[in-house]
Parts: sequence; structure tokens; C-alpha cells
Amino acid sequence: MIDYNRILSQRAQGLKPSGIRKFFDILDEIKGVISLTVGQPDFVTPWHIREAAIHSLEDGETYYTSNNGMLELREEICKYLNRRFSLSYDPKNEVIVTIGGSEAIDLAVRAVLNPGDEVIIPVPSFVCYGPITEMASGKPVFVNTYEKDKFKLTPEILKKAITPKTKLLVLPFPNNPTGAVMTEEELEGIAEVIRETDIAVLSDEIYAEMTYGRKHVSIASLPGMRERTIVVNGFSKAYAMTGWRLGYTAAPHEIVAQMRKIHQYAIMCAPTTSQYAAIEALKNGDQDIESMTAEYDRRRRLIVDGLRKLGLECFEPEGAFYVYPNIGKFGLSSEQFCERLLNEEKVAIVPGTAFGECGEGFARISYAYSVRHINIALGKIESFVNRIK
Amino acid sequence: MDTILRLLETNAQLTPAQLAIMCGKSEEEVRAQIKEYEENGVIVGYKTLVDWDKTDSEHVNAMIELKVAPQKDLGFDRIAERICLHPEVQSVLLMSGGFDLLVIIEGKTMREVSNFVYNRLAPMEGVVSTATHFILKKYKDKGVIYDRNEEDKRGNIL
Repeated sequence: MIDYNRILSQRAQGLKPSGIRKFFDILDEIKGVISLTVGQPDFVTPWHIREAAIHSLEDGETYYTSNNGMLELREEICKYLNRRFSLSYDPKNEVIVTIGGSEAIDLAVRAVLNPGDEVIIPVPSFVCYGPITEMASGKPVFVNTYEKDKFKLTPEILKKAITPKTKLLVLPFPNNPTGAVMTEEELEGIAEVIRETDIAVLSDEIYAEMTYGRKHVSIASLPGMRERTIVVNGFSKAYAMTGWRLGYTAAPHEIVAQMRKIHQYAIMCAPTTSQYAAIEALKNGDQDIESMTAEYDRRRRLIVDGLRKLGLECFEPEGAFYVYPNIGKFGLSSEQFCERLLNEEKVAIVPGTAFGECGEGFARISYAYSVRHINIALGKIESFVNRIK
Repeated sequence: MDTILRLLETNAQLTPAQLAIMCGKSEEEVRAQIKEYEENGVIVGYKTLVDWDKTDSEHVNAMIELKVAPQKDLGFDRIAERICLHPEVQSVLLMSGGFDLLVIIEGKTMREVSNFVYNRLAPMEGVVSTATHFILKKYKDKGVIYDRNEEDKRGNIL
């Protein structure tokens, strides 16, 4: 019989399975759950965008595109980045269209790391950066962000984490799961630390359009930062296009040239149909973004206010579509809290520990749900909280 | 304050307290604004959208195109207002194009609707001709899709 231990990569086997799986397995077995767990928009992709994809299929556009993605799409991406975030990139050699933001993150990490290089990853944050770093022979260095700092990365925390081996800083803002954002002044504080070094920045801006009360600022737009920043963005969140698997990266051509080779060999090109849809999204979709973001903002106010009225301490999220309440005072672990809420009230939220140890005492609640759905869930959370307090 | 109107237009059940939180205003401001809209006739009423096909009651809707001879000084207003008086009439709209008034009526049976057209509408002074279209099925009305599958298709992905 075959010995899989000899077949399988030790590195792959060493990756920790996603911590949330166990909780989701329980969730899958219970019927009639009011879920607030989902990390994707509830809106279906706007019809004009879907229609553009259908037309492309009718026209027989079923072939590979150029490795980088269609030039027209790259041009529209550059116009968009300029229009929304004052960034300028050359569509010819500074942009790659990728399979979701996820692929762009993978490319960026693989393009810059040598074995043993350290990647600074602020947590809590989305769960992919650590494993991707490990697969690229790098060493993830997790740095905690704190509720008292509104879950922002501070220059002090960053400075302490930097070593001679530091190669890359991940900036996951607006943040999943906390909803934290970094303002221009706060990014300037980070930039000041980084500018004197040879550290590159991977700025994951997938939630850039989901900010409330202020516009998102990309660190790449700060003086001297463009040359070392790899911007990652995509269509999933902004245009409610998660299933289309389409993202992109923009960076100086020296970096993109390396990323392109990996993309070319591993992926060939992003899905052609999705690329046609994306062109339409960028050309005629600004209004969609505005109306969806306005709707998220109303839900955000509703859910933050609702949770606070129940006596849950809730940091004011300014981005993405999550709230990250502190549930520490109930004397239950995050997992206990979420499992009991699920079993007793059939409401599902994600324990903070799904995002690592630092999430203990917190839970992620998604408001990518209808107002009616949110109100029903709040009512049930209220019953639960009253019972356990 | 357009936002309040838009929110109420999609869901009239939102309370002033909820609207206030969602718009970042005080509850008093929202109450005052709604009262003003109601008094000025901007908010004309609150109704419930019912899918009668899912009930046992008989129900039929028809759209009637009316060609009307306009009256001196009054245009179409007088006759439109008179048509509005019939409780069977749901909507009366002045149209551009091939006919003048679009009348949407509701009855229990097709016979009832036909009788209304023949006996009430067609003989009215000024009505030149009518064309009646029965509505077979409502797919979407007032921005709401009927018979929508409400199932959340999003899986449990972090």
C-alpha cells in the first residue's frame, strides 16, 4: 500500500486546516438557521454586468485572453484606480488580471520572498496570508492589532516586528473581520517606518469601496510608497461578483514582471467571460457601487446600534461589511458563545478565533443581509444575551 | 431627506427609530419629516403588496387603453378624475403615444371586468374607444419580484 507520508509535501501537510471548518460543519447540519456568517455580498451581480458576459458568450468570445488579461480591461482598471484612489499605473506592464484577489496575493508573496524571509501580517485579518507565506518558504510574523487602537496597525507595533529578515508587510485594510480602516494620516505613520527600509507592502484593498464616512486611501498614493507597494483589488466585493473569480494587481513593472511569470505558468489567464463582465462593471458600474455601499452603511448603523442596545460592546466599524463585537464579558469563550447561540437561538455568527488566537473574546457578524434578516437575528441575539448575562 | 422616502418606498414597515439609525438622524427629525411628507401629499399612503394568486380568492386585473376626446380648457383632467371615482379602478395614467389614458382595473372575474368596461367606461362622454388587455400573470410589481426564490445561495465560506 502506498505511503502517503512519503508522497505528500511536508509543507502542504503542515498547513493548518481552516479553524472555522468545525463550526461550519455543525452549522451545515442544523436547519432553519438565521446566518450572519457569510463573507460575500448578498446582492446578485447587477444585471447590465451579467448581460455583458452573456453577450460575450453569444459572440463566441470563448478563448484565452492575453496572460495579463485583456488590454481594454487593464486600461479600464487603470482609469478606475485613478478615478477612485488617485493611483496611476501603466496598463501595458503594471497590471495583471487575476483569479480573484486571492491569486494576486499569492503571486505577490511568491514574487518577493526568498526562503526564510519574514512577512508581517497584522491580525485579526483574513486567513490566507499565513499559509500562502508558508507555501512560499517564508515565515509569517503575526502582529496583533487591538480594540483600543480601533484594530489599526500602529507604527509602534510595526517597528517592534521588523527584523533584518523582514521582506513584506501585509496591509489588510479595510479589514475583514474587524471593519477597521486606516486613514491617510495613519498610513503616513506606517509609510514613515517603511520608507527607510527595503520592505515591500502588499496592500489588500478588496474592500476599498466599502468605507463609511470617509474615502479609502491607498498607501500606494503616499509619497515614495508606489515604488514598493503591490496593490491587490478585485470585483468580488465592490460589484458583488464573488463567483466570477476576478481580481487584479497593480505594482511597479519590475515587480509585475516577476508576478506575471508565475501567473503565466500557473494560471494562463483569468476567465474570459468574467473579463468581459468586468469591463462593463468598470465602465458603467460606479452607480452600482454607490447604491450598494449606501445600503451597507444603513445596515451597519442598524446592527451596531442594535448590538450596543443589547449591551454588547461594539467597536465602530468604518469599512467592509462586518461588525466585530467584544463578547468577553459573558464568561464564555468565543466558540462557546457562538455554539450556544447557534444551538439555542439558531443564529450563526463566526467566533473570532476563526481568525486566530487574537480573536478570542470577539465574534464576526456579517451585515451582508437584508434589513429584515438582520432585525430577526438581533431579536434572537437579544433573547440569548438576556439569558446568559 | 430623499433617503427616507426611498427607504419607505421599499419597506413601509420601517419604524421612525430604525429609519433614524439607518440615516444617522434623530428619531424626532425623522418623525417630523414623515409628518411633513404626509401633510404635503408627498407620501400619499401605505399599502401592502399582495400576491392574490397565492390565495383562494378570485382575482383578475386588466389594463384598458382609452382614447379620449379632450375637452376645451380641461383637457383630459375632467374625464380622468371621473374614472378615478370608480372603486374598481386601481390606476389612471395619462399616456403619450397611441392612446390617451391607461386604466388599470381589478375585479373578481373576467365577466365583472368586461361588464365594467362595457357598461361604465365605454359609454362615458368623451371616450372614443377602448382596448382591454387582461393581465395573465404578475412577475414583478412596484419593484418587487413575485414568486422569488428567497433561498440564500451563498455557502458557508469564510
